[in-house]
Amino acid sequence: MATETATREDGTTEGSGRRRVYLDNNATTPCDPRVIEAMTPYFFEKFGNAASRNHEWGWEAEEGVEEARAQIAKAIGADSREIVFTSGATESDNLALLGTVEMYAEKGNHIITVPTEHKAVVDTAKYLESKGVEVTWLTPKPDGLIDLDELRAAVRDDTVLISIMAANNEIGVIQPLSEIAGIANEKGAVFHTDAAQAIGKIPFDVNELGVHLASISGHKVYGPKGIGALYIRRRRPRVRVAIQMHGGGHERGNRSGTLAVPLIVGFGKAVELAVLDLTNGEIDRVRALRDKLYRGLTSKLPESYVNGSMEHRLPGNLNVSFAFVEGESLLMGISDIAVSSGSACTSASLEPSYVLRALGIGDDLAHTSIRFGLGRFTTEADIDYTIDRLVDVVTRLRDLSPLWEMHQDGIDITKIEWQGH
Amino acid sequence: MAYSKKVIDHYENPRNVGSLDKDADDVGTGLVGAPECGDVMKLQLKISDDGMIEDAKFKTFGCGSAIASSSLATEWVKGKTIDEALEIRNTEIVEELALPPVKIHCSVLAEDAIKQAIEDYKRKREKKGGVQQEETAEA
Repeated sequence: MATETATREDGTTEGSGRRRVYLDNNATTPCDPRVIEAMTPYFFEKFGNAASRNHEWGWEAEEGVEEARAQIAKAIGADSREIVFTSGATESDNLALLGTVEMYAEKGNHIITVPTEHKAVVDTAKYLESKGVEVTWLTPKPDGLIDLDELRAAVRDDTVLISIMAANNEIGVIQPLSEIAGIANEKGAVFHTDAAQAIGKIPFDVNELGVHLASISGHKVYGPKGIGALYIRRRRPRVRVAIQMHGGGHERGNRSGTLAVPLIVGFGKAVELAVLDLTNGEIDRVRALRDKLYRGLTSKLPESYVNGSMEHRLPGNLNVSFAFVEGESLLMGISDIAVSSGSACTSASLEPSYVLRALGIGDDLAHTSIRFGLGRFTTEADIDYTIDRLVDVVTRLRDLSPLWEMHQDGIDITKIEWQGH
Repeated sequence: MAYSKKVIDHYENPRNVGSLDKDADDVGTGLVGAPECGDVMKLQLKISDDGMIEDAKFKTFGCGSAIASSSLATEWVKGKTIDEALEIRNTEIVEELALPPVKIHCSVLAEDAIKQAIEDYKRKREKKGGVQQEETAEA
């Protein structure tokens, strides 16, 4: 990516001759310079508190906030009054789950979700489970998609909430949202979707899809970190969530706390720009690069397996297991390329990716998985470079791998009695 | 996670990578770890009749620390006697490579691999010794 002044046109860094490639856009994205430009006045010149009703400083800040709210609402086909600002998608997910269960306690005590959700949903659902809420965990299909029949069978009259993400952060798999919304509506359950990864990547219109609650995030769409929103449907049907943050009654009482005006202004601009990507050819450009990366890696490296559906997938996401090469050692060999791994060694828990596990992918392959996240600032030169580096390092590490040697010798490593530790 | 210089050096320039003939009488093989756990080490030692480790080779599937631990182990055992090699402790590997707590299991694997390779060698020798004795008795 060529965002820094010290970065040359071809991506190499001035002076060092060393290229750095950022392919971790599912983790976070840089702030678009246009977003930073929009935010800057709100730190000093227009620093007011948007809740100050009786002076110009307050009015200016409120104006900035309301413009951002309108930008976001327009981008997802919502009404401004349906957008509640939060600190990010994690808070939005918490508000959606905790707030719905509390609000609709009289209807029932049952929710439905999937183990492949973001931890913000999984852990909140587990918390609710510990408090006596009944949770049905759907089993995703091997390609990461949920089984609509299973969902249909799981919804009951006392189901208050279905929470299923729009697109997965690890494998990029896109769920059939309008079908899920249809099932939820039949039974009068609230449908929440974590759309943090989806905005600006796939068409996302709350009315076309029929979702009731949607979590969105600033920093996944080239906006600032620390800001997000929850879309809360006001009509057909009107959905309400119980307050989780008590205080001054900001955000129509839905979320107290002085509004982070500069972040909100940046968030609004970022979302506005992100949805333009859907129609200006940007998404097609990213998809073509992702497909080039996919072809380049899988054609040059045998025993490479894509995790998750290639068909129902975010345009910028690729998740590949390079069998017989442990993920962290691979990351170490490509320290000039930013990607993520599902290897246990990269996490504090020492357990491999829970998402891949939920898809039925063995721990041995999960340890070898790499997530590539392409984005707005990814260039073709970045992809060519990444293919070359990956092929080099995977080949080198396979020469070092006893499992690769066994595989070459025709030994089935699944038949060996390993001594775990 | 930041790696120590020594881990990076072993990762980038692993010593003694390769395989020895696992069927040879003077070669002991240790294979430890499991693919599901994210690390497998294969350590092979070529041992002379008087118990000297003449050569050592390794292959490792695992993180950088696992690769470095096994690479270091091959360096350390070369030229040692079996008994000296058995005295190598994982804590010495931890210290030499400055491994953080979450990577201590890599050093444990390397120690286990040395022990298993020597056991394998001894087992082969005993078996061979047994055969030789029978042959002598028959003669």
